[in-house]
Amino acid sequence: MDPRTSVSVALAGSGGAGVMTAGNMLLEAAAQAGYYGLMTRTSGPQIRGGEAAAMLRISAFPGDGQDDRFQVLAAIDWQNVGRFAAELPLGPESLLIGDPAQGEPPEVFTRSGARYAPVPLKALAAQVSGGWTNMVALGLLAALMRLPQEALEGAMRKSMKKGLDAGIAAARLGMAQAATLQGTPLAPPPATAPRWLITGNEAAGYGALRGGVRFVAAYPITPATELLEWLAPALAKVGGTLVQAEDELASINMALGASFGGVPSLTATSGPGLSLMIESLGLGVAAELPVVVVDVMRTGPSTGIATKSEQADLGTALYGLHGDAPHVVVAPNSLADCLATTEWAVGLAESLQVPVIVLSDQYLGQARAVVDMPPAAKVSFARMKAEGAEGYKRYALTPSGVSPMAIPGTAGGTYVADGLEHNERGTPSSQAADHLAQMDKRARKLAQLDPGDAWASIEGDGETALVTFGSCTAPAREALARARAAGVAVRLVSVRLLAPAQPERLKRALQGVKRVLVLEQNHSGQFLRYLRAEYDLPGEVRSLRRPGPLPFRPAEIHEALEQWSRA
Amino acid sequence: MARAYAMELEATERYAQFAEQLDTHNNREVAQMFRKLAAVEALHAKRILEEMHWPSMPALPPAYAWETAEGPETAPFDSMHYLMQPFHALEIALRCEQQAQEYFEDIAAKTAPEKVRRAALEMAEEEREHVRLIRDWMRRVPQPGPGWDEDPDPPSTTE
Amino acid sequence: MEPRMNAPAVVAAPAAKDFKSAYKPVWCPGCGDYSVLAAITKALAQLGLRPENVAVVSGIGCSSRIPAYTTCYGFHGVHGRSLPAATGLKAARPDLTVLVASGDGDGYSIGGNHFLHACRRNIDLTYIVMDNHVYGMTKGQPSPTTEPDWSSKLAPGGTGLREFHPLVIALASGANFIARAFSGDPNGCAALIAQAVRHPGFSFVEVLSPCVTFRPEQREWKTRVHAAPVEPTDDPGRAARRLMTDDGFNIGVLYQGSRAPYRPAGGSAQRVEDLECQFRL
Repeated sequence: MDPRTSVSVALAGSGGAGVMTAGNMLLEAAAQAGYYGLMTRTSGPQIRGGEAAAMLRISAFPGDGQDDRFQVLAAIDWQNVGRFAAELPLGPESLLIGDPAQGEPPEVFTRSGARYAPVPLKALAAQVSGGWTNMVALGLLAALMRLPQEALEGAMRKSMKKGLDAGIAAARLGMAQAATLQGTPLAPPPATAPRWLITGNEAAGYGALRGGVRFVAAYPITPATELLEWLAPALAKVGGTLVQAEDELASINMALGASFGGVPSLTATSGPGLSLMIESLGLGVAAELPVVVVDVMRTGPSTGIATKSEQADLGTALYGLHGDAPHVVVAPNSLADCLATTEWAVGLAESLQVPVIVLSDQYLGQARAVVDMPPAAKVSFARMKAEGAEGYKRYALTPSGVSPMAIPGTAGGTYVADGLEHNERGTPSSQAADHLAQMDKRARKLAQLDPGDAWASIEGDGETALVTFGSCTAPAREALARARAAGVAVRLVSVRLLAPAQPERLKRALQGVKRVLVLEQNHSGQFLRYLRAEYDLPGEVRSLRRPGPLPFRPAEIHEALEQWSRA
Repeated sequence: MARAYAMELEATERYAQFAEQLDTHNNREVAQMFRKLAAVEALHAKRILEEMHWPSMPALPPAYAWETAEGPETAPFDSMHYLMQPFHALEIALRCEQQAQEYFEDIAAKTAPEKVRRAALEMAEEEREHVRLIRDWMRRVPQPGPGWDEDPDPPSTTE
Repeated sequence: MEPRMNAPAVVAAPAAKDFKSAYKPVWCPGCGDYSVLAAITKALAQLGLRPENVAVVSGIGCSSRIPAYTTCYGFHGVHGRSLPAATGLKAARPDLTVLVASGDGDGYSIGGNHFLHACRRNIDLTYIVMDNHVYGMTKGQPSPTTEPDWSSKLAPGGTGLREFHPLVIALASGANFIARAFSGDPNGCAALIAQAVRHPGFSFVEVLSPCVTFRPEQREWKTRVHAAPVEPTDDPGRAARRLMTDDGFNIGVLYQGSRAPYRPAGGSAQRVEDLECQFRL
């Protein structure tokens, strides 16, 4: 088979088979061999012993979208693995590997036309004293891709605390099996710049620290918990503080209190937690307190599917606050972008003295990828602080709308941060003139924001435009590349700054466009409604959407574009 | 005597606070009364300074060194009502002066040092005079009739 | 012309009046909260603090209006969430003295969960709850400390629910200092508040503060309060017995513990960039 620039493999199994461990090592091996890679995971609802699959894409180019199909699906056993069928698309060119001792692969996989190659994984593992079946599978998969042996064994050495020799021996047995099968070799690795191996949640956490966050309030919730858990020791190392809260009502208020004290603050949650925080975000708007909330979106509504992704909190993030409460909403559009966007969010929060919601999602947050080392931020932002003075007005009506903020401890700067409407001094006021003046001030703050090129990723050109945000961007980019290769020019606009809306910029970005395909991962078309409300969209507009949990594949986006441009 | 001075000062402050409260609650008439009472107490304080030949405020004992909840001449906060009448304000003042008088009589009765006894007796006499003045004043203001605290409007919510 | 709200630059040690802002309270004349305000300003002066180093954090309700009436930094947040806001502030700024002001509704109803965990966490805060056994701001509904037979529009004939016992809950949850004060004794109240601020960890002062408008019968509280007949104890078991048999009018320090206050981990000062090595390939 010809070398490919991208190979997607999945390893499934149950009952403590260790598919995640093996998957992580495979990703590490690919990284060490000089490739890019992405690993996502799926599992049953059990806490332990459940069925699970590690899904990997190893490629010669950076990217965190999944491919249309998996070239290989290897299973240590088939117990309940059928439940993942929709997440493991296969085709006639795919290879199914299973242990004949575990029975035939389920029909839900074979109906794709994939070829079945039985490999006695368990028996092979038994040949090594202390050998594990997942290590055999690991060696097999690595060899099918033609990953160098040293890279694999280097990865194993890095992560295995014990049983290394048995592991390597088992992996070698697996590697030997690959010779009997038709592999899917990878093209040579690219000459690359420095790279990192990181998850989206870690990237967001690190971005927060780079942005200056030194206080975090934490209440765990799937799939945001790892973000907070990564921050706990990291903050301590850089002199910050993390406090675990009793609930999300507490965590957002702790962050606001710490921010009032002058310390850039953050919390992270998912949809249900964001709903709980909404009232207090309004307090942040009214009292003009900087704060960042990372919403790692999951499938909703209500408890939904906690372990799966969706882009359906957009409405809540944009419009959920009662009253007119202008605030900032940003969305990272790749795993690596979780770092830059969170860092940006902190800067925006501090400089505009406003809450900022970062719309990440489970797909980005929990995926692990090899990414190019993120560049340092170009601009840094800081809070405008006030020196104490006679007659200090915390909420003075300034041209920019941003008024200097006195930090507790500053003599002559005392004021009361208040959710009540207030006058320039901060004294509660029910006067129409004061309310209007302060509403104008808070709106003006955001209207004056000039995000520059950071507001969106704009790529390609053409009369057809693909408009999207967040994790849909990766498959959109691939679809674009395929369209271009086929001679169809398509423009991509992936919006990173959702609020305040940037109508003038989108107008420029869509100059000359006749067809707009709006791409989003939710049921009702929240992003489409937002675009229609805030922007004038040119030409004909179509919506390509579906709710989670399945990510879009490049082929389906490409197909939609193709059909439309032919019409 | 420092105590007496502190007493007068506290009373002055308290009456001034009451005047402020009633201003905010649109009871101008009684606010004015309390301002007068505050001025009277301020005069008493000034007199003490003059008699003792103190150039300025002496070091005052810590505020809560009183055995009672507050100074004997300080009206408690809960004696207020937003619809109170001038007569009520004088009733409060009367009680305060009587308490002050009792306070000094008590010191005079219980203390050994002659100098302090004499000073206490003088202060007690002062307060007795104040009591007389207040009673006089009370005769000159109308007695509140029944329903003085009726407000046809219900309380309003502000938050 | 707006009166001066923030503290002028005071050179000498501030007196009680320097902690009181020029903003005129909107509490009904006769309200116990006036006394509590006076007590707080006295206590802060006695402690030798400066307004700019003190923060008063509150929620929603009549008593929560108090930050604006002081010259300290103030945080007037949303209903029931003053304790977490104060916790975040103190954790991020341990150098500040943080007072939290609340009422029986804000503190024991919507704020109930945060109350439990603040006591548990034992961060160095002083929590002053002005308890008047009613929701005053919203015109007279029962609160968790209202008597079961008190009739109101929302619960004619009374709620029939047994009252919340905040001091017992505070003890069970781990508060380090538990006291009850009475607004009718501002000096005594000031002394208790000063003691509470001085005591490390979570100090809870429940202040009986009558509501003259919705509970005028509370005027008779002054005849019912009495000094607690025992010395403060540091034995939770003994305190538990006392508090479970408390008549609701015992004034004084009822429990004084010695649990170490919560101090979040931290203290290193590495550079942020040093964290990158864990990601680098």
